[in-house]
Amino acid sequence: MSVLLIAEHNNKEVKPFTLNAITAATQIDKDLHILVIGNKADSVAKSLSEVPNVKKIIHIDNEIYENYLAENFTPIIVKYAESYSHILCSANTFGKNLMPRVSALLDISQVSDIIKVISSDTFLRPIYAGNALATIKSTDKKKCITIRPTSFDPAPTSGGSAEIVKGEAKESFQKIKFIKREEVKSDRPELGTARVVISGGRGMQKAENFKLITAIADKLNAAVGASRAAVDAGYISNDHQVGQTGKVVVPDLYIAVGISGAIQHLAGMKESKVIVAINKDGEAPIFSIADYGLEADLFDALPKFLEELNKLNTIQK
Amino acid sequence: MKILVAVKRVIDYNVQVRVKEDNTGVVTENVKMSTNPPDDNAIEEAVKIKESGKAKEVVAITIGEEKAQETVRKALAVGADRGIHVRTDGVVEPLAVSKILKKIVEKENPDLVFMGKQAIDDDCNQTGQMLAALLNWPQATFASKITVKEKLLEVIREVDEGLETVEVNIPAVVTCDLRLNEPRYASLPNIMKAKKKPLEQINFSDLGVDIKSKIEQIKVEDPPKRKGGIKVSSVAELVQKLKNEAKVI
Ligand SMILES: Cc1cc2nc3c(=O)[nH]c(=O)nc-3n(C[C@H](O)[C@H](O)[C@H](O)COP(=O)(O)OP(=O)(O)OC[C@H]3O[C@@H](n4cnc5c(N)ncnc54)[C@H](O)[C@@H]3O)c2cc1C
Ligand SMILES: Nc1ncnc2c1ncn2[C@@H]1O[C@H](COP(=O)(O)O)[C@@H](O)[C@H]1O
Repeated sequence: MSVLLIAEHNNKEVKPFTLNAITAATQIDKDLHILVIGNKADSVAKSLSEVPNVKKIIHIDNEIYENYLAENFTPIIVKYAESYSHILCSANTFGKNLMPRVSALLDISQVSDIIKVISSDTFLRPIYAGNALATIKSTDKKKCITIRPTSFDPAPTSGGSAEIVKGEAKESFQKIKFIKREEVKSDRPELGTARVVISGGRGMQKAENFKLITAIADKLNAAVGASRAAVDAGYISNDHQVGQTGKVVVPDLYIAVGISGAIQHLAGMKESKVIVAINKDGEAPIFSIADYGLEADLFDALPKFLEELNKLNTIQK
Repeated sequence: MKILVAVKRVIDYNVQVRVKEDNTGVVTENVKMSTNPPDDNAIEEAVKIKESGKAKEVVAITIGEEKAQETVRKALAVGADRGIHVRTDGVVEPLAVSKILKKIVEKENPDLVFMGKQAIDDDCNQTGQMLAALLNWPQATFASKITVKEKLLEVIREVDEGLETVEVNIPAVVTCDLRLNEPRYASLPNIMKAKKKPLEQINFSDLGVDIKSKIEQIKVEDPPKRKGGIKVSSVAELVQKLKNEAKVI
């Protein structure tokens, strides 16, 4: 049987993590179909049809799907699920909100946040904030799975030509109303997919001091992250939080500034290729996982860091 | 209004979790256990709503072995009125938990069910959404602000893009984020008083729910260890290493 992936998008564009989920999906089964549920999301269906290895796009279009409410998406997915062996989605707030609702109605024990496909029923997933890795086997006939996107490479976006078929909308769920979304717009790369991430913690002391971080982020074309302490203190908005209850990032370079390195923070960044820690406390746990540790006061180190970067002739983007 | 709050007993978040040598799980003997952190936020929010006069009763429920009762006692000590302990053995998967909770909801008829957004042991982030599905109720997940209005709740949700606001009709399931509020500590007198509050025990077998595991845990391992790195002595050295050794800038 084939695999059904639920696309995440904003009705205009595919969200990048859908491409990582496609890679995981094709490791489970080559016969991959994608369900695009949206409002005037033709461009999304079209661009996904060009992803190699995708066999079919099912496109459901109706204004009730404008804001991706799980209550409205679920009946559609449950209906299509019948013909598939696996229902998949990426494990970000979109998929985390949606998939369990589908899974419960199908009476399936969901497998959350897989980081590796071992076989079509066996997967690897982190537990206890990544302090242990569990190999688990789903014994349900059908599987509902969410995929940790940063653990899989993104699929290429061109070369394919899947057929697009239209499907019928279902009734809308009357007991929830979407009011608004406050999206934090930024010209910097997205945290989840950036090649370089620089994060600030409680050591930043106040919101204004994040300027020291953003100046370097602009220089390195980096995304800006934060610890939970920095978000809780109001230095920066919640969408920047890295960790067990925030986002998972796997950049080539992660720079942790004024962050102690609690396990809940490490859960979101310890797979980064190269880790730099700048902290004035030489005993801070972050140093135990840093490739390069600089024991220094960040208010002294960050301006110098920018200065040194400015001296370089070339910087990788 | 009546609010049911689900609290889970988990290994305390400060404990350095260790994998068992035989790879069958993690070490739980002689390890400090606590309430799952966001479940404390869920209780706190329910108690605050009660204190504001908008709810009459807060009922805390846990599902687990005998000792799971401790989490309910703690909830009672910070203001819940009554507790329920559904006794089970071994691991109960989120789907099974949501089925048990559904039975309790049918019995108790709460207007709201508050839960944590994620249990920090299994990191599943499923149970609330599953319960909402089984009840055909709306779900407001990852809540960082809740406003009770006439017959509905306005909830601000933390999502990847930023913040989202939804209105859900009551009855509803809400899963709570850590930023929702600042949970209070239980005072000694309140801990003593909590011992006298009613705590009902139910055997899961009396609920007629099939809670058989559908996920087999084959093995649990340590994650790959990162090699320790070096300390650099200056910013200039750091930049030079990043450029010429790690080649990442
Ligand atoms: C259930 C749960 C989930 C959680 N989820 C997350 C999560 O997703 N993400 C997350 O980050 N945390 C999370 N946490 C919180 C986590 O446990 C830590 O409390 C948090 O990560 C600490 O943030 P911090 O390192 O910025 O602050 P602190 O631990 O206070 O560390 C600040 C650091 O800054 C350094 N410093 C101070 N001043 C300077 C200076 N001038 N120059 C250089 N260094 C300086 C200090 O030496 C210190 O090491 C969670 C906690 C719980 C209970
Ligand atoms: N055994 C349990 N007893 C009570 N509540 C639970 C139990 N398991 C999960 N929950 C609730 O469901 C939430 C999410 O858990 P999970 O889906 O396992 O990440 C928790 O924060 C609890 O509020």
